[in-house]
Amino acid sequence: MDTFLQQLINGISQGSAYALIALGYTMVYGVLRLINFAHGDVYMFGAFMGYYLANSHWIRSNLGTSAASAVLIMVGAMALSAVLGILIEKFAYRPGRSVTRFTLAFWLGILGAGAGQLAGATFASVAAGASVGILVGIIVEQAGLRPVKQNSRLALLIIAIGVSLFLENGGQQVFGADPKFFPEIIPTHALNAGPIHIDSQKLIVLGMSIVLMLLLNVIVNYTKTGKAMRAVSFNLDAAKLMGINTDRIIAFTFALGSALAAAGGILVSLLYPRIDPLMGVMPGLKAFVAAVLGGIGNITGAMVGGLILGMAEVMAVGYGQSTYRDAIAFIILVLILLLKPSGIMGKGMNEKV
Amino acid sequence: MKRWAFGLVALAVLAGLEASLRGLIGAYNYQVLILVGINIILAVSLNLINGFTGQFSIGHAGFYAVGAYTSASLVYYGGPGFRALTSFLPNMAQNAVLLLLGLLAAAIVAAIAGLAVGIPSLRLRGDYLAIVTLGFGEIIRVLILNINALGGSRGFSGIPQLSNFFWVYFFVLITIAAVHNLVNSSYGRALISIRDDEIAAEAMGVDTTRLKVMSFVISSMFAGIAGGLFGHFTMYLHPNSFLFTTSFNLIIMIVVGGLGSIEGSILGAVLVTVTLEAFRGFGAFRLVNFSVLLVLIMLYRPQGLMGSWTPFKMKQRAAAAK
Repeated sequence: MDTFLQQLINGISQGSAYALIALGYTMVYGVLRLINFAHGDVYMFGAFMGYYLANSHWIRSNLGTSAASAVLIMVGAMALSAVLGILIEKFAYRPGRSVTRFTLAFWLGILGAGAGQLAGATFASVAAGASVGILVGIIVEQAGLRPVKQNSRLALLIIAIGVSLFLENGGQQVFGADPKFFPEIIPTHALNAGPIHIDSQKLIVLGMSIVLMLLLNVIVNYTKTGKAMRAVSFNLDAAKLMGINTDRIIAFTFALGSALAAAGGILVSLLYPRIDPLMGVMPGLKAFVAAVLGGIGNITGAMVGGLILGMAEVMAVGYGQSTYRDAIAFIILVLILLLKPSGIMGKGMNEKV
Repeated sequence: MKRWAFGLVALAVLAGLEASLRGLIGAYNYQVLILVGINIILAVSLNLINGFTGQFSIGHAGFYAVGAYTSASLVYYGGPGFRALTSFLPNMAQNAVLLLLGLLAAAIVAAIAGLAVGIPSLRLRGDYLAIVTLGFGEIIRVLILNINALGGSRGFSGIPQLSNFFWVYFFVLITIAAVHNLVNSSYGRALISIRDDEIAAEAMGVDTTRLKVMSFVISSMFAGIAGGLFGHFTMYLHPNSFLFTTSFNLIIMIVVGGLGSIEGSILGAVLVTVTLEAFRGFGAFRLVNFSVLLVLIMLYRPQGLMGSWTPFKMKQRAAAAK
């Protein structure tokens, strides 16, 4: 019984982290009907931003290890990841949907920066490479090469895969491929409640997740932007006709989801402090499973799905074969899709002719 | 008649190349060439389900793994007994028969796996199908990781080297011919109709579920053969060679080449394999480049480099019209 309670607590804290990532999947799926494969990598990005902020000179010397610094690190990483989410949306997903500018300049700028880094590895060479790329991109765009406007969901899915690969490999290039150790941004205390041992970190993870989910709930259900989000998710074209700036709402959705993923990244790094550029791949896929489990497009569903998945995984590892850990999520996925494809809380969608 | 002659000439050319190629281009290039061949088989077979039938599968690496491990374990555990039984045959003939038996088993087991995965999951569409096939691919990998007789996480070593340029490209030709003929048959037309509009196809009397499963099974079967060829070339297998990143790479090949074009898949397989090899010196940056190119191709030319442009098919039609 003690082991069970112990595992239950582990499962809840693991599950709440999955839930935070799953929320981003489910919201983006809600507005764009897109599996945003890059979402797991945004979670990785968030963890790395937290790492760099926590190791930054200013925070170390002025705030040390305190609640204030932890909050600052968290909020900062969330904001930076939100910017990344908006950039991804604007330069990868939007060009196929609306008229956009500077798409080519953006990507060629990145390629140029990479080439500059390879050539000289100095700031000047990187800047020169990036400017050449941006310039070429602008000229070619002015010459008339524009992204093809289309609504193939398959193309969008492949773009998502491409962005995900980009973030993983770019992360290896920029952050370094070797694992890093996430600093203890909040001191750990061991709490004993009878026979059960709880790290204070686990409680913090749980508490922060609950706070963030409540906050999200308020944003989605009680603000005007949240209402617009729900409208876009319900019917994009109709929302556009009602005067909602759908592109802005979609960008906002990406920002919100990315910020939550970053929070998840930092919270998980509190529990398992080893971070590396590929750390987002598996949690990303599993969080997607959690979103499907709860009913994709449904925010409460994502939370429930995340908790169930985290619990199932921790229990299976605690009582059985840990080598099967990665398969459990997918077995759950296959079962749920075969038995109730709309998920636990999702509404069934009929095929439209 | 003409076809037989073409086949014989092709076999002779392949045998001649096999005899001379390694010395001519060096062991490294030879190895790249083999990888290209295996990737062509994988890409063309994946294109059958993704490009022609329009069912987005990203679990191809799973069937590739099933084939690789089936053939490798059969030859590894059954090979010595087989050699003792057929000691009257010369070594070369034994090798060929062993390889063919291994590949046959690989094809059958991968096809069965394809059937087992396909029947339940092909009821789903679009994104859901994609994610379920990805899930199945990972489940297969984790299962292999836990089978001790297959080496588990240590990897499976000591597999006899049986495949070579001749065999790989022999099966490349067979795969291309099979997929080409299938796509240009009435079955193929039905598959394409499913891709273009599933509901309309169903209304026209196409048994969509059966055909989708059929194309999935055939696609898995060829992936299995590719796996067998791979294992018997590298002599070592590890579950991490069959991660979903392998499936993603295959997707990139067929998308870059053009979904629904066999020529495109071949081009994509060659381009992706060779560029990835050529840029090895660039470290992680080669993959950064690669993913950006993928995004740009999808944004600016979503139909892929070749689109569904199939020059060889047009020629054939013109000939038939005469």
